[in-house]
Amino acid sequence: MKVVETKKVQSKTINTTERISGSEAIIKCLLAEGVDILYGYPGGAIMPVYDELYKYQDQIHHVLTRHEQGATHAAQGYARISGKVGVAIATSGPGATNLVTGIADAQIDSTPMVSITGQVGSHLLGSDAFQETDIVGISTPVTKWNCQITKASQIPEVLAKAFYIAKSGRPGPVLVDITKDAQFEEFDFSYKKCTGIRSYKPVPEADETDLKAAAELINNAKKPMVVWGQGVILSKAEDQFKAVIEKAGIPSAWTILGASAIPTSHPLNIGMVGMHGNYAPNVLTNQCDVLIAIGMRFDDRVTGNLESYAKQAKIIHFEIDPAEVDKNVKTDVAVLGDAKASLEALLPLLNTNSHVEWHQKFKNLYKIEYEKVIKDDLHPTKERLTMGEVLKEINIQTKGEAAIVSDVGQHQMIACRYADFKTTKSNITSGGLGTMGFALPAAIGAKMAAPEREVVMIAGDGGYQMTIQELGTIFQQKVPVKIVVLNNEFLGMVRQWQQLFFDKRYASTEMTNPDFVAIAKGYHIDAKKVTERKDLKDAVKEMIACEGPYFLEVCVEKEGNVFPMIPTGASVSDIRLE
Amino acid sequence: MSTEIKQFTVSIYTENNIGLLNRISAIFQRRHINIESINSSVSEIENVSKWTIVVKLSEDQMKKIQGQIEKQVEVIKAYYHTEEETIYQESCLFKIKSDLLFDERQIQNIIKESNARIVTVNKEFFVLEKSGRTQEIELLYRELSVFGIMQFTRSGRIAVTKDKMKISTMLQAFQH
Repeated sequence: MKVVETKKVQSKTINTTERISGSEAIIKCLLAEGVDILYGYPGGAIMPVYDELYKYQDQIHHVLTRHEQGATHAAQGYARISGKVGVAIATSGPGATNLVTGIADAQIDSTPMVSITGQVGSHLLGSDAFQETDIVGISTPVTKWNCQITKASQIPEVLAKAFYIAKSGRPGPVLVDITKDAQFEEFDFSYKKCTGIRSYKPVPEADETDLKAAAELINNAKKPMVVWGQGVILSKAEDQFKAVIEKAGIPSAWTILGASAIPTSHPLNIGMVGMHGNYAPNVLTNQCDVLIAIGMRFDDRVTGNLESYAKQAKIIHFEIDPAEVDKNVKTDVAVLGDAKASLEALLPLLNTNSHVEWHQKFKNLYKIEYEKVIKDDLHPTKERLTMGEVLKEINIQTKGEAAIVSDVGQHQMIACRYADFKTTKSNITSGGLGTMGFALPAAIGAKMAAPEREVVMIAGDGGYQMTIQELGTIFQQKVPVKIVVLNNEFLGMVRQWQQLFFDKRYASTEMTNPDFVAIAKGYHIDAKKVTERKDLKDAVKEMIACEGPYFLEVCVEKEGNVFPMIPTGASVSDIRLE
Repeated sequence: MSTEIKQFTVSIYTENNIGLLNRISAIFQRRHINIESINSSVSEIENVSKWTIVVKLSEDQMKKIQGQIEKQVEVIKAYYHTEEETIYQESCLFKIKSDLLFDERQIQNIIKESNARIVTVNKEFFVLEKSGRTQEIELLYRELSVFGIMQFTRSGRIAVTKDKMKISTMLQAFQH
């Protein structure tokens, strides 16, 4: 089955001047920025742009989502798997406000995204006109930059800036709000890509002294440990990163967004840190002598209680955003700059090392975690299916080559813990904001950006229903994503907390669910439900073999818990195994 | 780093763009920090705005907020200074009944001693202007409030630093 046919447009600078409308200029700017797909929803104040999209449909593919939130998450999925800027488009008022969750998600997860919103005519601004809302004001705290355009002549420069800001430095979302009269107005169009803004320095200059200090600490370390984040992926530094940890022989753990930068099976990959991360890297965070943080931001879900986080260790922080340095954890050496360049410069300064005894500590603790948690997750002896064994089966059937797009909750933690990643950019999930409903639309964007890749979406029964309407988009666009819902008839993560910290008072976490298979079939998507272990293997096999989209519901243990777990306010080394 | 709450004067050099006030004030609002005073004006460099914001917080918080402010695309540079590091002025206006000027002799002495300036006088009221440091204005307010003040208003702080601002050379490059 074909996914989408869009002509690849070469990004270019348009020097010739031509007299066109603002809305046509918007399309020409998008084409010049190499945009081939955009996700959106039409409405009154953006209609002139949609009229142009109709004319340019052979060059730029507009995907009609079923809700504007879906458009932003699809744009995020597109950006996360491709490294390109995702584009979402919506009308004014409710169209614009519906984008906000996705924009906030992109902000906290550093995803390059440009949102374009229509706005009422400039003469109506501030008059409480129909579908007028101050989206620039509303989106300010959750955008890297935003701007309102009231004159067509501003369009090329502002959009050029928007794309430059979204993708440069630490990436993030940008919103451009364009009044309807500016869309209609004709002007002399020419386009020049933005290459710099005087008040904006996307990448701080690396300091050689810091780099040398970092190398010295690493070379003298007896028990070094790396924690890497998405910065490694965003700066395309996977090779440099691998070379550094291999040369220095450093056990390396990942944050949820850093997952897949190196393969899960890499001998130096010691697993995930944080609240539901692996036992060894969490415990040994408080025993290492040098902690090397690369492209990560010491989120509270990673550090647990800061008062007892790696206090014994010297901290080195490789970071592109100066505001992140010393924000949560005081560093001994901060190496500012792009991870790729910094790691490249670090490599020749490092001594070859192996730290065999130190590695053994991780292996010993892994054995404990395996016996207490992993064995029961992956090879359960109880009757009901576990989320972990579903992941194991997906790993087997996809040979670990799938991109896993997960939603938010228990299944997300299980997906990240047990997915067998082989290639980078394979873990697409809402990390910082924890947006339920992210996965289904994000999977659409991911599959459309990388049609050659197998994309498996995994959601819980709760999050799935938050954006379930995007099945319509999948059906209409014929996007062959594989949709897996791990149904425990609960909002599982909240229920787990209620069990552990609220004496099992399950307030509003039990779900009475619809017939998910019937719903999928209503959208003409092949669908199956599995309740027993004996049917799991064949069902996953059938799903992966299916050329089109496929929906698989797996009914799992109702009151299963995700362990290990660092309770809120506890130290990383007080991680619980049961 | 100190967690003691102190008063800081934040100086921010920015582009002169719509919406930046919202963006900067949101950084304080998000952290539940009250802005004591805020002033935005032209700076020594053409087309570059200078903001002077007075806030009370710990130096630890202040440093992080400085980073968040500088991170904004349209912010060129942000600094923070303690009271001792700046030379600052605030300005205020008092509107007072004119009768008092003649009935209460002491008012004339207060005006004289405080270096306040009478801006205008008419039959009903006179307007007094005073520029100075916070305590000077507070003192004058206390002294005059005994007699009754019809209206009072006070400006945001404006400040320059005692030390050289490193930004000047960087900003000058913008002019070319």
